Amino acid sequence: MKFLPLIWKNVWRRKFRTTFTLLSLFVAFLLFGLLMTIKAAFSLGVDIAGLDRLILIHKVSLIMPLPYSYLARLQATPGVSRATHQTWFNGIYQDPSNFFANIAVEPEAFLEIYPEFRVPPDQVAAWLADRQGALVGRDLANRFGWSVGDRVPLIGTIWQPKQGQVWDFNIRGIYDADEGVDKTQFFFRYDYLDENRAVGEGLVGWYVVKIADPSQAVALSRTFDEMFANSPAETKTTTEKGFIEGFATQIGDIGAIMIAISSVVLFMFGLVAASTMAQSVRERTSELAVLKTLGFSGGTILALVLAESFFVVLVGGGLGLAAAWLFVRQGDPTGGLLPLFTLPPRDIAIGVALMAAMGLLAGAAPALGAMRLRITDALRRV
Amino acid sequence: MRWLAQTAAVIALNLRTVPGRLSSSAVAIVGIAGVVVVFVSVLSIGAGFAAAMEGSGAPDRALVLRSGADTEMTSGLDGPAVDVIRQAPGIRREGAGALTSAELYVMLDIPKRSAPDGSANVPMRGVEPAGVTLRDEVSIVEGRMLQFGTNEVIVGRAASGQFVNMRLGDTIVSGQNRWPVVGIFEADGGVAETEVWADVRTLQGAYRRGNTYQSVLVQLESPGSFDTFRDWLTSNPQVNLAIRRESEYYRAQSVAMTTLIRSIGFGIAALMGIGAIFGAILTMYTAVATRAREIATLRALGFNTASVLVSVLAESLGLGAIGGVIGGAAAYLAFNGYQTSTMNFQTFSQVAFAFRVTPSLLATGLFYALLMGLVGGLLPAVRAARLPISSALREL
Repeated sequence: MKFLPLIWKNVWRRKFRTTFTLLSLFVAFLLFGLLMTIKAAFSLGVDIAGLDRLILIHKVSLIMPLPYSYLARLQATPGVSRATHQTWFNGIYQDPSNFFANIAVEPEAFLEIYPEFRVPPDQVAAWLADRQGALVGRDLANRFGWSVGDRVPLIGTIWQPKQGQVWDFNIRGIYDADEGVDKTQFFFRYDYLDENRAVGEGLVGWYVVKIADPSQAVALSRTFDEMFANSPAETKTTTEKGFIEGFATQIGDIGAIMIAISSVVLFMFGLVAASTMAQSVRERTSELAVLKTLGFSGGTILALVLAESFFVVLVGGGLGLAAAWLFVRQGDPTGGLLPLFTLPPRDIAIGVALMAAMGLLAGAAPALGAMRLRITDALRRV
Repeated sequence: MRWLAQTAAVIALNLRTVPGRLSSSAVAIVGIAGVVVVFVSVLSIGAGFAAAMEGSGAPDRALVLRSGADTEMTSGLDGPAVDVIRQAPGIRREGAGALTSAELYVMLDIPKRSAPDGSANVPMRGVEPAGVTLRDEVSIVEGRMLQFGTNEVIVGRAASGQFVNMRLGDTIVSGQNRWPVVGIFEADGGVAETEVWADVRTLQGAYRRGNTYQSVLVQLESPGSFDTFRDWLTSNPQVNLAIRRESEYYRAQSVAMTTLIRSIGFGIAALMGIGAIFGAILTMYTAVATRAREIATLRALGFNTASVLVSVLAESLGLGAIGGVIGGAAAYLAFNGYQTSTMNFQTFSQVAFAFRVTPSLLATGLFYALLMGLVGGLLPAVRAARLPISSALREL
């Protein structure tokens, strides 16, 4: 502890150099934070997907509808606590570039199966009372400035109403949720869709089944798929996690690309930090020799140099990571292209670990050199 | 002239001392090269995707969808509507029939080779015989054309490489359907190469679509007859259709994706670039610091400040150029032509494409490298030029 002032002095002996080293480390970890946020955004929230929810889709492809009649059979299967269905609507709000997910659901079963969506009780009641009612995410409501009671028209693409092209909805509720949960979705009532669509009555997109015991997921998936085997609409059942993972791999390996870029970035700036440390120790050779002459042990010298390197990396990197966190908290800058925009706590921890490793690596060589310094050689070198 | 000679002399002297400061110069070079690699490779993804999408449409072909549908995926046309479309003026006619193809566009659930346990939405297109002839870019490269009236399919070359069980001679199993692969086709690198093609009537049966279609592709007499064709259909009260040029349809689909890739690419590169500039500043500052006495000596001998300033800038620009060339070459060698596939968000179906490191991307990368070198050298150069001679000479 008593050496703190000495370390402080050493850090700032060349203000210009230290400032720029700090700045480049700041940029490095700011980038790291942002890249990890993009990586998380493209994993589509797979980390928080429920393991007790199974998704049943048509075996041929996701776009093929399933009959409504499956619901009763699923609900009657032992081990199922609640089954419901959902239908992709793909409606357009004003312009195709305003894309957001809009899905027809059964309100009561939906809210029971997805407890992570928090809705005030009076808004739930209003939604259940209004056939044209819709429940929208907080982020989506903010994006378009919607509030409860607003009337929102969507242009039908897959599903056309019996007359015209426009479906009208009343916003009856706005849901909130923890960080990491998609708050950009638009849910509305299936009965409204089914009664008013021109074709396709009695068809649903896919089923979501909440099971009582997650360890039964594999067995139940097989039961379901066997139940509908050899029917006109065979099914393929996966856990919600598996389903989202499958969707994420379809986008491609964004995660691997982001990790590759991060590695380039950290290597690049790690090199800057290491070269600065080496330079700074080289300049002080005679000074270190004097310290040794005064009786400082090799170990203390080693610790002094390492502490200096840790300090620089942790301050620069820490500020960078904090800046990334603050930036991400402002929300998705693309206005809805990335529904999940958060910096996962796990990646923050990884970032701090990387800083420690970088501080050690950058300081190790110069510190060891300083420790092994022979006083006579060093003093002669000048 | 004397000024030039002086500057040249100082630059030469300067460059001769670089080998003594190799490790510090390497830091700047690696930094700048890193930025260029990331910049060029991320943007090559966007360039490849855009090339695949934009190479897919021809201006003298029109795509007809149901009004309100923004993609083939969400469109639906019944048989009578298709018959009306075939009557429209402006369509090229050969022999008895109009060159039109009423088509279905569905998806198959097939795993990618790179993730055999997962599944991917592989687009499958039902075509009429004219659909093959009017797409003149399509040619069979292996096997033969499918026989209409059977369940045979032909597979695009990219799909054949990206997804399991799609080689010549394989049989694609999907639900209760069996699709024997009898041919592999190419389509100038367009999105069709990610598709599986079958006879539209077989596909109607397999996907229970009755006598309905999703789109009609039309060969126009010429690009100019588009307006005639569109106006006749839009003013016809029997049908409610959206008519686009095929080329515009695909360009519109690529916009969202390329914009996203571009903004991510430029954003990351800009931030990295700032970091690399800091790295270059540190390097050049160290260079100036180690040469302080030398520079002061030159100045004392009567070399003017401008030549000292230019020499530092020249060194820094040189580092930028080396970094830019290394970075560009690395990105080209590692990524040009790299085959991958992603999801087209408009249709939720897979699009295979190859990364394209284009000459213009390489030039932009090199330009940024030089810019980073220049900006990085500026402060240290001014510092070198302002170095007080007496105190610099006294230092150590």
